[in-house]
Amino acid sequence: MQATFRIWRSKAAEGGGFVDYPTEVSEGMVVLDAVHQIQADQAPDLACRWNCKAGKCGSCSAEINGRPKLMCMTRLNTLDLTQPVTVEPMRTFPLMKDLVTDVSWNFRVKPTIKKFTPRKPDAADGTWRMAQRDADRVQEFRKCIECFLCQDVCHVLRDHDKHDEFIGPRFFTYSAALEMHPLDSADRLRDLKDTHGIGYCNITKCCTKVCPEHIHITDNAIIPLKERVVDRFYDPVTRLLRVFSGGRAT
Amino acid sequence: MQVIPVTTIHRGFGTTSRRDAWWATPLAVFVGLSAFVVYATWAAFQGEHYTYGPYLSPFYSPELFGDSPHAWFGPKPAAWPGWVPFSPALFILPFPGLFRFTCYYYRGAYYKAFWADPPSCAVGEPRKSYRGENSFPLVLQNAHRFFMWVALVFIVFLAYDVWLALWFTNPATGAKEFGIGVGTLILAVNVCLLAGYTWGCHVLRHVVGGRKDEVSKSPVCDMAYACVSGLNGRHQLFAWMSLFSVMSSDLYVRLCSMGILTDLRLL
Repeated sequence: MQATFRIWRSKAAEGGGFVDYPTEVSEGMVVLDAVHQIQADQAPDLACRWNCKAGKCGSCSAEINGRPKLMCMTRLNTLDLTQPVTVEPMRTFPLMKDLVTDVSWNFRVKPTIKKFTPRKPDAADGTWRMAQRDADRVQEFRKCIECFLCQDVCHVLRDHDKHDEFIGPRFFTYSAALEMHPLDSADRLRDLKDTHGIGYCNITKCCTKVCPEHIHITDNAIIPLKERVVDRFYDPVTRLLRVFSGGRAT
Repeated sequence: MQVIPVTTIHRGFGTTSRRDAWWATPLAVFVGLSAFVVYATWAAFQGEHYTYGPYLSPFYSPELFGDSPHAWFGPKPAAWPGWVPFSPALFILPFPGLFRFTCYYYRGAYYKAFWADPPSCAVGEPRKSYRGENSFPLVLQNAHRFFMWVALVFIVFLAYDVWLALWFTNPATGAKEFGIGVGTLILAVNVCLLAGYTWGCHVLRHVVGGRKDEVSKSPVCDMAYACVSGLNGRHQLFAWMSLFSVMSSDLYVRLCSMGILTDLRLL
C-alpha cells in the first residue's frame, strides 16, 4: 500500500514549506519508519531527530496531522492514509532544520528550579525513612521522558510566547516531583508564583492529553501546586492560621 | 547552524493542521453550559412551582424565605424592596453557581468554549495578549476553596431534602406517611451525583491530604486523600452528570407542580 507523507522542509532563506513524499507502507509501521524510508529512498538530507524507537528517549517529537506526538509511537493504522499525513516540527521551539527543533530553552529553564534538598537524616546511620505510598505520588512524575510535547502544545508558550515568564508543564511536573517529595525541604512556592508563572496556566489539560507517558500533569502536578500557592499567597484564612501557629506568613 | 524561528509562522484564529473534529467538544461545552445557564436563570426568577408535595427543587434548597412549607424563616421579608424581584432561589444559586464557575474542570472547559483561549489543543487563538490567572480578574478564581466549603454544606441540605421527600401527607388523615415516589428517586440520584462532584473537588483533595508531603503519617488524611482522589479522577464525568441531574430535578418538580406530569408513587 502506498501513502503520502507531507513533511515540513525548511529552507533557510524562505522559512520552509511542505513537500509531499509518496512511499510504500506496510502493516506494523509507525510514522518514524516511514520518515526513515523517505530519508533512505527520496530525501537523504531530511533532518529528523530520533534515538530509541521505543517511546522512551523523547527525541522524535513532532506534530502529526496537527497533533503533537512521538513519531515512533504513532502507528500508521491509527491514521487516515487516504489523505496525506502531515509531519511538522514542534511549533513552540525554534526550527533548526526540517523536523528538528532547538529545545535548549528547556535545559536553561531546569536549573532555575531549586534542587532536591533532603531534610536531616531520620536515623543515626544517615538514612531516611519514607512510606511507599508517599513515594508513589511523586514517582508518577519521574516517568517523564522529556519529549517536550507538553511544552509544545501548551498555548501559553505556543501562542503567547511567554518563555521568559512561564516554565511550562514539563517543569511544573519537575517542580511537583521535588516539592511533594517526602524528604525534600526546599521551598519553591514563591518561585512558582513570581518567576515560574504558574498563574498563567488556565488548566486546558492539553499537556495531559499529549503526554506519551500518560502522566496526569494537570490534575496531579499543576493543580496541587496551584493550591499550595493559593495556601501561601492568596488565602487569608490559611495565612492567619500560619501567623497564629508561628509559621511563615508569606 | 541557522535557526529559523517557527513562532513567526504561527497561524491565525482557528487554523490548525488537525484533521479531527477539534471544534466538536468546545461546541458541545458551549451549548451544554449555555443551556444550563439560560434554564437556571429562568427557573431561579420564576419564584413558583418549585415544590410539589414533599419535594423541593434543588435550585431552591435550602429555602430561607418563601411561601412553601419548606421555608426556614417564613415568607419574604417585609423589608424586601418592591422594585427588586424576589425568588427564594436568588439567595441560594450564587453559591453553587460560583462553586462551579471557579471549578478547575469548568475553568478549563469554558476558557476553551467561550473564550477560545485556546479554542482547542494546538489550534490558533484569536488574541496575542494573555494574562491567564496571574492577575485580576482571573486571579479571583483562587476563591474556589471558599465556595467548596459552602457546597459541602449544601450536600447536607440536599440529603435532608431527600429524607423529607420520603414522607408524604395522607390527604385523608393529614398524617405523614412513609413513601417513595419517582421524585424521591430523582432527588436521591441528584444528591448522589452532586456529592460525587463536590467530594471529588481538587481543593478538597488538597485540603484532606494533598497539601502534605507525607500524607501516610496521618491515617485519616491518607484514607480521605485516597477516596477524594478516586472521585477526582472522574471529576469531569460527575461535573456533567450532576449539572444535568440538578436541572432535571428542578424540571421534574416544576412539571409536577404545574400539573403537566403526575408523580408516580412506587411505595
